[in-house]
Amino acid sequence: MLTLLKNGKIYDPARGKDGVIQDIYIRDGRIVNKPSDTEKISRTYDLAGKVVMAGAIDMHSHIGGGKINIARMMLPEFQETRKYSEPEAHICTPNCSHDATPNTTDTGFRYIEMGYTAAFEPAIMPINARQAHLEMADTPMIDKGGYAMLGSDDYFLRMLAAKKDQKSINDYVAWILHATQAIGIKVVNPGGISAFKFNQRKLDLDENHSYYHISPREILKSLSTAVHELGIAKPLHVHCNNLGAAGNFETTLNTMGASDGLPMHLTHIQFHSYGTEGDKKFSSAAAQISEALNKNKHITADVGQILFGQTVTASGDSMMQHLNAKHANPKKSVIMDIECDAGCGVVPFKYRDQNYVNALQWAIGLEIFLSAEDPWRIFLTTDHPNGAPFTSYPHLIRLLMDKSFRNEAFAKLNLDAQAMSNLTSIDREYSLYEIAIMTRAGAANLVGLHDRGHLGVGGGADITVYTDQLDREAMFSKPDYVFKDGELVVKDGKVVKVTWGATHTAKPAFDISVEKDLKDYFDKYHTIQLDNFKISDDEISNDGRGSVIVHENKQPSH
Amino acid sequence: MWQNCTSMKITSSPTQPTTLTCPACGLLCDDVLLTTASPVAVKVACAKSVTFFEQTYSADNPSFGIPSVAGQTTDLNTAIKAATDILRKSNQPLFAGLGTEVQGMRSLMRLAEKTGATLDHMHSEGTVRNTLALQNSGWQTTTLTEVKNRADVILAIGTDIVSSHPRFFEKLVWNTESLFNKPVPEVIYLAAPLNASGENTQAGISPAGTQPMVIPAATEQLPEIINALNALANGKNLNIDNIAGVALSSLQTILEKLKAAQYAVVVWSASNLKFAHAELTVQSITQLIAKLNETNRVAGLPLNSGDGDTSVNNTSTWLSGYPTRNRFTNVKSGGKPEYDAYYFSTKQQLENCDALLWVSTFNAHQPPPDTGAPTIVIGHPNMQFTRAPDVFIPVGIPALDHTGTMFRLDSAVALPLKKLRDSNLPSLSQVTQKILDILSC
Ligand code: SF4
Ligand SMILES: [Zn+2]
Repeated sequence: MLTLLKNGKIYDPARGKDGVIQDIYIRDGRIVNKPSDTEKISRTYDLAGKVVMAGAIDMHSHIGGGKINIARMMLPEFQETRKYSEPEAHICTPNCSHDATPNTTDTGFRYIEMGYTAAFEPAIMPINARQAHLEMADTPMIDKGGYAMLGSDDYFLRMLAAKKDQKSINDYVAWILHATQAIGIKVVNPGGISAFKFNQRKLDLDENHSYYHISPREILKSLSTAVHELGIAKPLHVHCNNLGAAGNFETTLNTMGASDGLPMHLTHIQFHSYGTEGDKKFSSAAAQISEALNKNKHITADVGQILFGQTVTASGDSMMQHLNAKHANPKKSVIMDIECDAGCGVVPFKYRDQNYVNALQWAIGLEIFLSAEDPWRIFLTTDHPNGAPFTSYPHLIRLLMDKSFRNEAFAKLNLDAQAMSNLTSIDREYSLYEIAIMTRAGAANLVGLHDRGHLGVGGGADITVYTDQLDREAMFSKPDYVFKDGELVVKDGKVVKVTWGATHTAKPAFDISVEKDLKDYFDKYHTIQLDNFKISDDEISNDGRGSVIVHENKQPSH
Repeated sequence: MWQNCTSMKITSSPTQPTTLTCPACGLLCDDVLLTTASPVAVKVACAKSVTFFEQTYSADNPSFGIPSVAGQTTDLNTAIKAATDILRKSNQPLFAGLGTEVQGMRSLMRLAEKTGATLDHMHSEGTVRNTLALQNSGWQTTTLTEVKNRADVILAIGTDIVSSHPRFFEKLVWNTESLFNKPVPEVIYLAAPLNASGENTQAGISPAGTQPMVIPAATEQLPEIINALNALANGKNLNIDNIAGVALSSLQTILEKLKAAQYAVVVWSASNLKFAHAELTVQSITQLIAKLNETNRVAGLPLNSGDGDTSVNNTSTWLSGYPTRNRFTNVKSGGKPEYDAYYFSTKQQLENCDALLWVSTFNAHQPPPDTGAPTIVIGHPNMQFTRAPDVFIPVGIPALDHTGTMFRLDSAVALPLKKLRDSNLPSLSQVTQKILDILSC
């Protein structure tokens, strides 16, 4: 069956196409060359005047696994907030949803309805990976995948403390990717989650873990080298030390140097860009961070923009979340130590535009977005649900594309915060092409999805069609059509067909003899068998809906 | 899919795995060894596990594994059709028991969405007490591998632990190897229900013979006792010698031990707290833990009750957004989940429902509650009834007859269950799917 998308305005940065009128042919879920004239076209969509992009890819969104399920259990009141608008969230429009913890069905539906066709869970705790995949398997419509968290797991910390060679570390990291069915590796507060279990309350980049006597810098060096040498596409995903702490921008700047020039991705960098200037000892360090980001070409970052309203923060960073729990709103939180593997902290949070710190956080995120010179190295996220639910992306896109809309919002903020931000002096407005880079081509490149994020021949036919509107929020909230693997699944912003998507993984080669020592470790110290730690392909595909895609083991380029 | 016959055949599975995951309690031990598959025999298992795996086929029960309608044996398809008819006629079905694993719960949620059912687990009293405490103030908890490697003080509140979780001490407390060379843990029982000889606290005697600290008190006195502990932890002076018969000095000692520990673990079993507003006592325990964590490391470990309660709670939460005790309304427009931890209890709903679907796949001895409403039982093949339900559909036992996935009591770990033998029993998911198929056409 052949489908033709005719006359659309194509925004395909991976192929350098910036609004060119072009036809797209789809067969068997793939984009194909123009067929011979004799071939019958089963279905034609006339897209004259419409904007056509690849399906969007969220490279950092907490969609699966224990933390969000804990948040759902703790916050049943959130389920009633689907169409809720709060008085202090007056910046929001009717398109904003404040459902920070949607169930798995809603997660898939809300994503596809905005034209997103893939999302990546950034913090899969290896021991909890089975749950993450169970939840993602119950998330319809979109492709998914995840990054396995290392760096506070005792197996790795012991290796590092024992000065095991890089090859052994690489083998372990590769083994983890296989066992957890992940596509990348993340490190959260390097060493800090473990240090908290030893009652350490703070860990700086060059401070030692009190038991292992190794520093976060050493952890970053070791893991970024492993990821690089294994040759997987996704650079090490780094949640820096000192999340949310005033003055943490210095840690962030220093972290950029911790990999000696090897690629690293600094995630939700907004939460790590705070200075200590001013009366309130809390200020924007966006300028310093942006300057360093622009200069350090080996670093990529996603922003983790906050938007005002009720949400919940869910992080592997038990150390910092324990500290943040005093700001919980409503007043409750869950902090867990987990399996000598990692931990978690779930803290509900309400960002208010009249609160000095929150208002400045909002401005800092936007300052970073607007100061990034290379759209291929910056990514659009709210760190769902930590900064805001992913459903607020269309609103965020408008803030980036529409200066007067942004400045009107800014004018409503806490006045002291306004005085501390230079946001209104930035004139930049993102173009559709740049939005397509951030949310499609760049994201696919970063994660290593070679056949997604573009509209070239051979690509998977994940395609979103929008009506070009001046109100970019309205435009990005409700695509005319979304095609998933060539099938029409959304029409006029509503799901018309339910599909289930695949799970993207990376499985670099490694020396299986690493299992010998692991088995011994599991037998002695763990509470489950090594074999049960590993997730088989069958577990993901045997319900007949899911499937595993293994991505080639090489660095992408653009 | 399965054979539609009226007699029960069991043959052993050709591939015999050597280690098994035991679903008989929330510890989910996966080191149980299968010695033979026909009949199933296990070792490295506690008595509870042996009973679960070995008493699963009973030659003296002629109706083992045979479906029935109105007490008369019948074939599977007829039974499924009869069950579907009951659900089709029902406006407010209650799905209770819910003794199942993740895959079974997924299928029941789909059926509930389609039929507008209320869902509640047979052991939800305990689950709900914990959930309410979680929703009121949150908590700070830990998981089994952390206990095994870090815990140097174990405080068991209102529970002996081993009655519900038999291998807890063997596997997690008296282990000789640990990552950080921790000392042999000190064990404290506070208001644990003691049996006549007191032998249920023997598991807390260390291998070297060190006795645990046992502070007897009636479980119902725990609200007062935990409040006093909290007051002491907050530096208040209590001008009394004892609280509910417990010497204040004993409570001081507990507090000192918790503070001196590198990593203390406080264990409770909400299902044991059988008094009004026990969720407030759970909350009081979690507040004590939170207070101590301002300066020290202490973590909670809430025990579960079994029959898949933790698996059901988690699966329900990600699929509907709500933990145990919810329902679906607006069936025609796709099913909208609703949550009410009190009103959607089995006890409340038994008065309102017009059909009961009772599920117990792990346990032959969990019969449905009495109700005037038509009753369908989907359950363990060895279930026998004093009063026959309207429909009985025996299904495979997870971890014996089919694979599956279960959550451990700490919710952090989910483990695969293996299939040990070939029976012609369908799984709960298969039966549920069949009902859904008939309902849709
Ligand atoms: S302790 Fe529990 S899980 Fe372990 S073998 Fe006994 S019943 Fe099974
Ligand atoms: Zn995140």
